[in-house]
Amino acid sequence: MKRLLMTAALGMALAAPALADTTKVGFIYIGPVGDHGWTYTHDQARLAVEAEFGDAVETTYVENVAYGADAERVMTQMALSGTDLIFATSFGYGPDMNTVAARFPNVKFEHATGYIQETDNVSLYNARFYEGRAVIGHIAGKMTETNRVGYIASFPIPEVIMGINSAYLHAKAVNPDVEFNVVWVYSWYDPAQEAAAAEALIEQGADIIMQHTDSTAPLTVAQDAGIYAFGQASDMSAFAPQSHLTGILDVWAPYYIERVRAVQDGTWEAGDVWHGIVDGMVGFAPLSDLIPEDVRAEAEEMIAAIAAGEYHPFTGPINKQDGTPWLAEGETAPDGDLLTMDFYVEGITADIPN
Amino acid sequence: MILGSINPAVLMAALMVAATPILLAAIGELVVEKSGVLNLGVEGMMIMGACLGFIVAVNTGSPFLGFIGAAFAGMALSLLFALLTQALMTNQVASGLALTLFGLGLSALLGQRYVGITPPRTPKLDLGFLSDIPFLGRAVFSHDIVVYLTIALVAAVWWFLKYSRAGMILRAVGENHDAAHALGYHVKRVRVLAIMFGGACAGLGGAYLSLIRVPQWTEGMTVGAGWIALALVVFASWRPWRAMAGAYLFGGIVVLQLNLQAAGVKIPVEYLSMSPYLITIAVLVFISSGRARASSNAPGSLNRPFHASS
Repeated sequence: MKRLLMTAALGMALAAPALADTTKVGFIYIGPVGDHGWTYTHDQARLAVEAEFGDAVETTYVENVAYGADAERVMTQMALSGTDLIFATSFGYGPDMNTVAARFPNVKFEHATGYIQETDNVSLYNARFYEGRAVIGHIAGKMTETNRVGYIASFPIPEVIMGINSAYLHAKAVNPDVEFNVVWVYSWYDPAQEAAAAEALIEQGADIIMQHTDSTAPLTVAQDAGIYAFGQASDMSAFAPQSHLTGILDVWAPYYIERVRAVQDGTWEAGDVWHGIVDGMVGFAPLSDLIPEDVRAEAEEMIAAIAAGEYHPFTGPINKQDGTPWLAEGETAPDGDLLTMDFYVEGITADIPN
Repeated sequence: MILGSINPAVLMAALMVAATPILLAAIGELVVEKSGVLNLGVEGMMIMGACLGFIVAVNTGSPFLGFIGAAFAGMALSLLFALLTQALMTNQVASGLALTLFGLGLSALLGQRYVGITPPRTPKLDLGFLSDIPFLGRAVFSHDIVVYLTIALVAAVWWFLKYSRAGMILRAVGENHDAAHALGYHVKRVRVLAIMFGGACAGLGGAYLSLIRVPQWTEGMTVGAGWIALALVVFASWRPWRAMAGAYLFGGIVVLQLNLQAAGVKIPVEYLSMSPYLITIAVLVFISSGRARASSNAPGSLNRPFHASS
């Protein structure tokens, strides 16, 4: 009996360091890792986690996971195979993640851009992309000659509407005549559709294209038409060097590394963060030489001011599209208002689809 | 006028381009189905064509060779399907679905090092004075050669199926393979050839996306175009010119709704956006219901395996 116990104890002693040494981290992606957009940036961060911790972590990922039963199955599989920390990197995984989290209280869950937190092993994280949109809006307002900016939007959700408002406000601030033409393509990733949308916008006189979709197709179209455009999520300048002004980058690596370290140290706790430029989660592709020097300097200034907390992109007075006041003079937008944003600001002429 | 500031010539030009990849894939699948085989792997063959066409074009610097490579890539994948369904007698639906999954995965693997590269560009065809005709010049005579070759291909397939001896044999095989067999025709040989033709066309359609339409390679870039092509064949009730009309209609709706949005016309975009897919679903439901089959123009032996001994 004693021997049996000793053997068991020995076995545990041998097993324990092995468990403590390798942290298993799982990632669930909505798209392919090669999209050069959203999923690509998450996967780059996964690789950064591997580079940071070396043999101390073991990462796995599953791409193209649909919301619902599929996501639940993949997460359950990961939890069953001893994964310590699971990152689900798309909005729609919320309900599935909370279901699985309730079943596996010892596994830690991290949900990007989500809002459902039913158990204390579910953490939420998001990036303040509207800060980046403010900067590219400023550049667009300064650089457009036709006073028409084309905007390729994905789905009418607060995240996207917030981006349109932020970009519009800052374009308008430097160019009162600017107009935004918004096209909804109802997809995060559809190169052919996005290209067609860009063509339609250019046909309507847009000479700068912004996108809130993940493919690089609009950039190519813009370059062919000899106009300017902004990239999305990752540095897309290689796709259209004569057209790409800059782009908002999703920089997840610092957060992922921090959270993996917390799991290793045993200090991980569920949180709910919304990081911006200052935390390094929102970055910029190098500002192109195509941008006039003074505009580049202004953009750098704005980035610095937002990072320093001196400037909030949604600072009043701002009215809603129908003219009703939203923010009073000097007032900044509460996070709650932004996260549920379902209205355009005053000046945008289009309607948000229901 | 609801069209407002939209230039109809530009709209026409854009819809011809938007329709070309699905039309190429659809005309290939039409021939396959006319021979009595249902190949649901169109999406997989398209994406392989998009990938391999891109790789060949980048490495040789020639879009033309890229298209050739794409046709061979689609054909190679379709031969796998032919082997499974014609020699090994597997279920066509399952094999086709597997082919799509396989193509998506394999292309992602092969194309990994080609993400972020710009391919050599395909020049627009110089049609001289034709391009200067008002309206028509911009709408119809301003495209790359593939757009016109696709139309020529539709004409060729129509002629082949309707007037050529070989086309009639193919139709006989598709309508009643036992009778065709009894007459001494090589059912399997005809079907394998048809499957290869379908694969080559799907490959070309994919390459049109990666070499001309987008033009870039990214994983999964066909995003369902193959499924639309499949629905189109049924929508066209297996007639080549109707397939072309359907493709232009589909391309037209897609392009029109984007243009209406860009022009700021206040319309319920969500309905227009989903309309092509709603039509697709409706058509697919229609074909899968048994009763519709008798009244439609579906080839009699479609999706039925053939074995000479049975």
